[in-house]
Amino acid sequence: MSLIKVNNLKIGYLNHIVLSGISFEVNEGDYLCIVGENGSGKTTLIKGILGLIPKFQGSIEFHEVMSKNQIGYLSQQLKLSGEFPASVKEIVMSGFLNKKRFGLGFTTAQREEADRIAELVGIKDIFKSNFCHLSGGQQQRVLLARALCAANKLILLDEPTSALDPIATAEFYALLKKINSQGVTVIMVSHDVNAAVRNASHILCLDGENSFFGTTHQYVHSELGSKMLLSDCPCDDCKHFSRKEGSADA
Amino acid sequence: MLNFFNYSFMVNALLVGVLIAICCALLGVVLVLKRFSMIGDGLSHVSFGALSVAAVLNISMPLYFALPVVMVAAFFLLRLTENSKINADAAIAVISSSALAIGVFFASINGTNINLQQYMFGSILSITETDIAISIALSVVVILLYILFYNKVFAITFDEGFAYATGIRTKLYNTLISLLTAVTIVIGMRLLGTLLISAMIIFPALTSMRLCKRFFSVVIMSVLVSVVCVVSGLLTSFYCAEVPVSATIVIFNLIIFIVFLLTAQFKRLLAKNKSKK
Repeated sequence: MSLIKVNNLKIGYLNHIVLSGISFEVNEGDYLCIVGENGSGKTTLIKGILGLIPKFQGSIEFHEVMSKNQIGYLSQQLKLSGEFPASVKEIVMSGFLNKKRFGLGFTTAQREEADRIAELVGIKDIFKSNFCHLSGGQQQRVLLARALCAANKLILLDEPTSALDPIATAEFYALLKKINSQGVTVIMVSHDVNAAVRNASHILCLDGENSFFGTTHQYVHSELGSKMLLSDCPCDDCKHFSRKEGSADA
Repeated sequence: MLNFFNYSFMVNALLVGVLIAICCALLGVVLVLKRFSMIGDGLSHVSFGALSVAAVLNISMPLYFALPVVMVAAFFLLRLTENSKINADAAIAVISSSALAIGVFFASINGTNINLQQYMFGSILSITETDIAISIALSVVVILLYILFYNKVFAITFDEGFAYATGIRTKLYNTLISLLTAVTIVIGMRLLGTLLISAMIIFPALTSMRLCKRFFSVVIMSVLVSVVCVVSGLLTSFYCAEVPVSATIVIFNLIIFIVFLLTAQFKRLLAKNKSKK
């Protein structure tokens, strides 16, 4: 089942077109990584999917089970003022806010859902702690739990590991994989192409007019893929690219 | 012993004081945590400038001139702070002192009967019926905002990016909060004065954050601290007629802040000792 279908999208700010001719499709259960160099338009695309900036051309179709407020969003590390007084529980529960309009409290069903998600993400034991006293890895897991409260079908992550150390990063990727295996569709923007290739089922590589979209296997053996991965793949396709570059030098 | 309920100015001051204390505390939590504290300070100076100009222009109700001016200023100060390209704290400092200068300049022009002291440090005698009406309406709006949209207020304060991505109109709420701050400051200035009103906004939140570690408890504690300080400040200055109200209220805020700070340190020491054993 296709959750999001993007067709020939052209998007940017005011008079400045950042991305054009972008087409891709995200099916239920997919794990899509959006990679690309700095300034290639990854964040712009995320904003477009979330509906925060208008599109110039093309279409972004959501399956009818989806709507804009059914995407759980997780950004890069938060910049908070000194000692922000907020418990993990308060933050996780605030994920439900797109599902209710008024009032202070939450329903019993929402409390149970939050408990289940906290268990899944492994933050049950720190549920009452102060967010600012947690490590970077724990903080990102709390924010992931909040994103899952906001949407249980699709989560959208914008470089969630950019401020984490290698061990916390590996743990976070493992957690994402686990959540993905339970049926949550994942779209992640990442700098880390190697990790993206290891974890994702599909890759969207933004590179101006020559953007690539396909399965991870297709990407690894594509021209863009071998350039980004700096790989020495012995397969015929990849040899073909390297030979072409070699002849240009000569 | 004097009974302050026999003095209508005192009852008015208590009523307006408590209502403004609640508004200041509630808005202050958001402003302090979003690092918008300077907006409150800037607005009080703009308010002073506007009231002075109104007096020179002989506007019969200076409040009706000051309110819109300060609300417009609030709108622009917020935009300044949100726009990261401009050095916002420097800009606000310049606007503050310019507004103060304009205020002092106009207040000193011959023929006007402005009591500079009263504008700078407030006075309980200056509370009018209009102030009471506006502060009742204002506190109803602020309290309703908190009760109806508590989760949104929390989400916007904690992580505006997530709130925005989840479809909350963050700009609208930010604007609403700064406009409410503007009204709170214009009314609160009558009691506290230009120079001390920002203490009412910043102190309660800062004090509660020493001991409370959840957003909800910080909100409740801020309101308590704020109301206790205003009431005890007003009563102290009523029974010792020589001391000014505004300074007394701020001194009470300072005392409670220090008490909370020391308690937090003490608790930390205790926890450390416990973990050593």
